[in-house]
Amino acid sequence: MYTRRLAPEALPPGAPKKGGRGRRSSPLTWRWGDRLALAAAWIAGLGLCLIAASIVLYMGYRGIQYLRPNLLFSRPAPGTQQNQTGGFLDPILGTALLTLIGIALSVPLGIGAALWIAEYGRPTWLARIVESSIEIVAGTPDIVIALFGLAIFQLSLFAPFSFTASGGGVFGRSYIAAGSMMSLIALPPLFTATRDGLLAVPAHMREASYALGKTRIATIRRVLLPTVRSNIATGMTLGVSRIIGDTAIVVLLLGDTLRIEPQGSVAGIGVLRGTGSSLTSYVYDNSPAGEGAAPQKAYAAAFILMVLVLALNLIVEKIGRSRGDAEVPTVAGAIA
Amino acid sequence: MSLLVTAAVVAMVVFVGIHAWPTFEHNGLSWLGPGGNLETQIETMQAAGVNPPASAYHLNAWPLVYGTLLTTSVAVVCALVISVLSSIFIIELAPASLRRLAVPVIRLLASVPSVIYGLIGILVLVPFVGNHLITSSEKASVQNTVELTGAGLLVTVVILTVMITPIMIALICEALVSVPTSWREGAIALGLNPLRAVLAVTVKAIRPAIVAALVLATARALGEAIMISMVSGSRSFAPRPSDGLVFLFEPLRTLASAIVDYHEGLGAPALSSTLYAWAFVLLFSAFMLSVAGYLIKLPLRRYQVRG
Repeated sequence: MYTRRLAPEALPPGAPKKGGRGRRSSPLTWRWGDRLALAAAWIAGLGLCLIAASIVLYMGYRGIQYLRPNLLFSRPAPGTQQNQTGGFLDPILGTALLTLIGIALSVPLGIGAALWIAEYGRPTWLARIVESSIEIVAGTPDIVIALFGLAIFQLSLFAPFSFTASGGGVFGRSYIAAGSMMSLIALPPLFTATRDGLLAVPAHMREASYALGKTRIATIRRVLLPTVRSNIATGMTLGVSRIIGDTAIVVLLLGDTLRIEPQGSVAGIGVLRGTGSSLTSYVYDNSPAGEGAAPQKAYAAAFILMVLVLALNLIVEKIGRSRGDAEVPTVAGAIA
Repeated sequence: MSLLVTAAVVAMVVFVGIHAWPTFEHNGLSWLGPGGNLETQIETMQAAGVNPPASAYHLNAWPLVYGTLLTTSVAVVCALVISVLSSIFIIELAPASLRRLAVPVIRLLASVPSVIYGLIGILVLVPFVGNHLITSSEKASVQNTVELTGAGLLVTVVILTVMITPIMIALICEALVSVPTSWREGAIALGLNPLRAVLAVTVKAIRPAIVAALVLATARALGEAIMISMVSGSRSFAPRPSDGLVFLFEPLRTLASAIVDYHEGLGAPALSSTLYAWAFVLLFSAFMLSVAGYLIKLPLRRYQVRG
């Protein structure tokens, strides 16, 4: 994807092919400072690859060592012995639920904002404010977003979204609270990918659609959205991987109970209002830093997390490849 | 839709600000300064109950601010050097097969959740540093003030560097690709060797992108909470450079990780207001960073390279 594309005029016919050894000066004739810099560049590049490989291999080794199928399908339980504390079915379901809520909220927001910025964008000052506010969201630490969520959901206005203590204080921690803050985390990559996709659509496609008598809305629905589908998919995948990997919001906003604890009598809504955990908070709680201190289970859960992240990475890669490298979505913007 | 996003940002600033106000009101700006023992101050807050007296708000957050500045700046400087070198490696030096391997690797490193970095840190690196790198005489030399377990500055900075480097590489690589090949070829034709040409022409041309990468990486390092809370030793202690090498192993705490460490105390109004004040400082610095990045990039725009 980062291959350097040569402009056609840069290579006159008959010129030696790039990468051919013939005309390059050999590093052996360089000055010492240059040789050192060259060596440093190689070491830095290869070193990073080594670090990544060792992280993946180590997590894989630990995961296979400690992961048992029954861990996946049993619920966490209180207990003092390792074999009593159960598995992490609830955290897995919690991660899935959070992802679902977060994506369901951030997709309309992100795509809507990107469409408005790219297709309407008037008045200009408002568009600029919106764009920089998304930049601010992208730069805000997740721990701050978590505290903000707590401040919001502890308002009595939002009491229905979590449970209320006997004294009248709103607890402010639930799947809804955490999920909606997760949507803020997933928003920037989704927005950036969609906007860049829309900006890359050539103007003549819109003009052709207008010439056929379609309205602006119809153009957006029938022409533009299908064209940028793969960008939206990339943005969504990146958003999902950020939601899955986020710990601070879960620790603060999900109430930190290992099991899913529904609140209220209505089955589905009770779970949404209730507290629980996700894979990340399970790892955190079971590491020596948390209360559980069960490193084997932390490793096993982290292995699942790692597999999910790897799978999402592969999906992004695949989407990118199927599109060719014509309009590469900005990896950087997506990471931000 | 778009207005909702803006409204969320405004609401965020307003709410965090409102909750943080009592702390600033009682302490003024000396809040950021040194003095007193932070951990006893926080215990006072927790003990103060639901209606805290004004004295319970007293806090000097300097150890946290110092810890944040220290970890962030060291990690960002390390990451800057590593990422510029390895971006040059990926784009200009590596053979095509290696390059195809490196790009997914970078992306993978960027998307590993911070809790996994923290787990590896606390279960692998911290025991290693504690058992093999710290000698018992070093432990004895500071035993009156802190206990050295291995969790501390060194491990924190190493992991933080690994976490933020891929972000910088992604931005820098993208900019490197967009520099016209002919510029570099011109420099080579003038007699520079290929590496010099890259350093003198290409890297200079992508300065706006490097600034953007710096800003982004700093924001990320400032806000990293979970990983640091796991590997930093979580003592409100300001590492002292005067201790020599031991300095590297001393525990610390940053603003973000302190929020995680004390989040169970959110019920006590004094402590809760303090936590929001820390969050407000983080929010403010993230905002200032993006403004600073924008201002720095302005005069560099004339290079016509997108950053």
